[in-house]
Amino acid sequence: MVSTVHKRHSVGGVGRQACARSSSGALAARRSGGARWNARVGRPSSTRIGAEEKEMLMWEALREATDEEMERDPTVLVMGEDVGHYGGSYKVTYDLYKKYGEMRLLDTPIAENSFAGMGIGAAMTGLRPIIEGMNMGFLLLAFNQISNNCGMLHYTSGGQYKVPVVIRGPGGVGRQLGAEHSQRLESYFQSIPGVQLVACSTARNSKALLKAAIRSDNPVIFFEHVLLYNVKGPVGGKDEVQELNRAEVVREGSDITILCYSRMRYVSMQAVGDLVTQGYDPEVIDLISLKPFDLETIYNSLKKTRKVLIVEECMKTGGIGASLSSTISENFIDELDHEVVRLSSQDVPTAYAHELEAATIVQPEQVVDAVHKMCGSAIPA
Amino acid sequence: MLPSLAKQWRNAAVIGLRGQSLVPCASTRTFASAKSTEEETFDVEITTPFEGHKLDELPSQTVTTTKTEVLDFFRDLFRYRRMEIAADVLYKGKFIRGFCHLYDGQEAICVGMESAINYEDAIITSYRDHCTYLGRGGNMYEVIAELLGRKDGCSRGLGGSMHMYHRENNFYGGNGIVGAQVPLGVGIAFQQKYNKKDNCTFTMYGDGAANQGQGFEALNMAALWDLPVVYVCENNHFGMGTAEWRGSKQPAFYKRGDYVPGIKVDGMDVFAVKKAVAFAKEYAIKNGPLIMEMDTYRYHGHSMSDPGSTYRTRDEVSGIRNQRDPIERVRKLIQNMELATTAEIKAIEKAARKEVDDAIAKAKECPEPPEEWLTKNIYSAAPHGWESVRGVERGLAHET
Repeated sequence: MVSTVHKRHSVGGVGRQACARSSSGALAARRSGGARWNARVGRPSSTRIGAEEKEMLMWEALREATDEEMERDPTVLVMGEDVGHYGGSYKVTYDLYKKYGEMRLLDTPIAENSFAGMGIGAAMTGLRPIIEGMNMGFLLLAFNQISNNCGMLHYTSGGQYKVPVVIRGPGGVGRQLGAEHSQRLESYFQSIPGVQLVACSTARNSKALLKAAIRSDNPVIFFEHVLLYNVKGPVGGKDEVQELNRAEVVREGSDITILCYSRMRYVSMQAVGDLVTQGYDPEVIDLISLKPFDLETIYNSLKKTRKVLIVEECMKTGGIGASLSSTISENFIDELDHEVVRLSSQDVPTAYAHELEAATIVQPEQVVDAVHKMCGSAIPA
Repeated sequence: MLPSLAKQWRNAAVIGLRGQSLVPCASTRTFASAKSTEEETFDVEITTPFEGHKLDELPSQTVTTTKTEVLDFFRDLFRYRRMEIAADVLYKGKFIRGFCHLYDGQEAICVGMESAINYEDAIITSYRDHCTYLGRGGNMYEVIAELLGRKDGCSRGLGGSMHMYHRENNFYGGNGIVGAQVPLGVGIAFQQKYNKKDNCTFTMYGDGAANQGQGFEALNMAALWDLPVVYVCENNHFGMGTAEWRGSKQPAFYKRGDYVPGIKVDGMDVFAVKKAVAFAKEYAIKNGPLIMEMDTYRYHGHSMSDPGSTYRTRDEVSGIRNQRDPIERVRKLIQNMELATTAEIKAIEKAARKEVDDAIAKAKECPEPPEEWLTKNIYSAAPHGWESVRGVERGLAHET
């Protein structure tokens, strides 16, 4: 199951419409016959400057973002395990140390608690560290630093200190990596006041969002996904930054609003491919900002469709979807025709065995079934 | 008023506290005219010898000082003591709530430290931070208003006792979680090296926090990259209710750095602290990390909810107070060297008490932070859509 999604995606070519402003729609464009790529409702989330469009893989896009921001601002540096000489375990900092030196591509010992603390202390004095967790799950060791000293410091110091860090790394379920290396940290971090959580999903938005995160004065936790580093797509130029807390409309529609993020964007779009041939017209929104939610875009969508389906990789208990579901129900109950349905991973440690692992996370078939249930049978066009 | 030579020799016979002699050594006298701006210096003996770990040379046992400095030491030590005692009273009167960790007994550390460094050097410490904040240039009104949770407090009433910061003068708090400030301090030193500054960072923690793994992790990094950081272990011999020997297999904290050198200092002798900190600053900027163990004592319990008597005897506390109290040592020096009359000392004490009383009276008048401040300063750069935060009930929102 997991490999199917991955294989589908490597097929994706460019196939973009000229006026499209949201990113990587290759899959949907092919599947749905190329409709619905025009202007989305609401303000555009990214600013396109010039025609410096290049195609690259997500890890290359992240690397380019890091490189450009480090060149632009000498206070930006990267610290983490194997980010320097080794080039980063996912190649995001490949060879950058040759350009910027070892002080700015700092190879830390395996000590997440203290190097996260060190990065935060350095940020209090005016540097802008990018703290890389080799896997988001390892940052559990640094939870105290992230919660107390990163998230809450601006508040408890009465506004004196800024903590302009970016904490980034891959998370999510990979290919049989085992329970400890398949965690979804956004569940745990979402309650920390004062941090912004951002999840990238395409080459384009990963570069634009990372640039914005580095430039932001807030602490940003930037979620990448282990299986998305080789996603290919067009990427913007040096000045393209994307608003950190704006959702992306991936596909416009009218029947139902599907809210997703990170790898679940591709799972949703794969399901949408089937749904469209069956006559449904789903609207797919990539949340991008997991904290705070972009309620404006979500509201504009559900006002139109009146049904919301959340597709997430977090577990059923306490995930991003749990918060989002209650937020939507509390704020927008009058606009909904159906209770908010949430497809999440099961509350189990992620198994190693292939089929069991596939059974713990949301698959496209489940998305299709959920839409059937929520929308009823499709009305022939 | 300078002591005459005759008096000097007489004083040589004075036996001080704990059987040690308080001999001022007049080895560096710079004579000047009556109206000179350069003050006459003299040397003071540091009675407890420094102990070193992997250090080729230790600082000498004498420190140069001036009359002004000695009187300033007395004034500050006394002021800090009065403020902490007043905080005790305020806590018992339920003006201060929650946690309140008092520094009385340990004042010599922050006073001595400030005399050897400047505001470009950085300090970060734990929750026992009221006096450290004052040492970094804060005033008593800000401290007491913060303890009372009023809007003029140094963190606007939002932080409390454990969260006092002074950004302009490089004081990074005020941290609640034991040991979490140590890696932050290494990060501050990292920035000093990154920007090639001629300054160092003093990252302070206690004997209890010395067992936190993140301290060793950060020390390894500091040593790897030669960061200008001084680890200052304020060893008051108790991690709340657990005596040092019950919590730490290796109680010689200055030796715990293993490959990182260390020095042990009598933390209740303000002159020893001054000398050692000057040495440490120079060392750290040149060579990298150093561990300083300050041998000190707290008269109060760990915090106001700890009576401090269940794990130690009253005799022990009063014994230390009689033998090693930092204020009394300086008072004795002043009296022996006749640096001030009894009346002048009394005037300093009276001024300090008045300062505390005035600060308390003013703080009690200060209002609490307004309700709008609840949701301010959550982010330093408000994200789009963050104009308001959801309230507790449906339909309520607060402006950010």
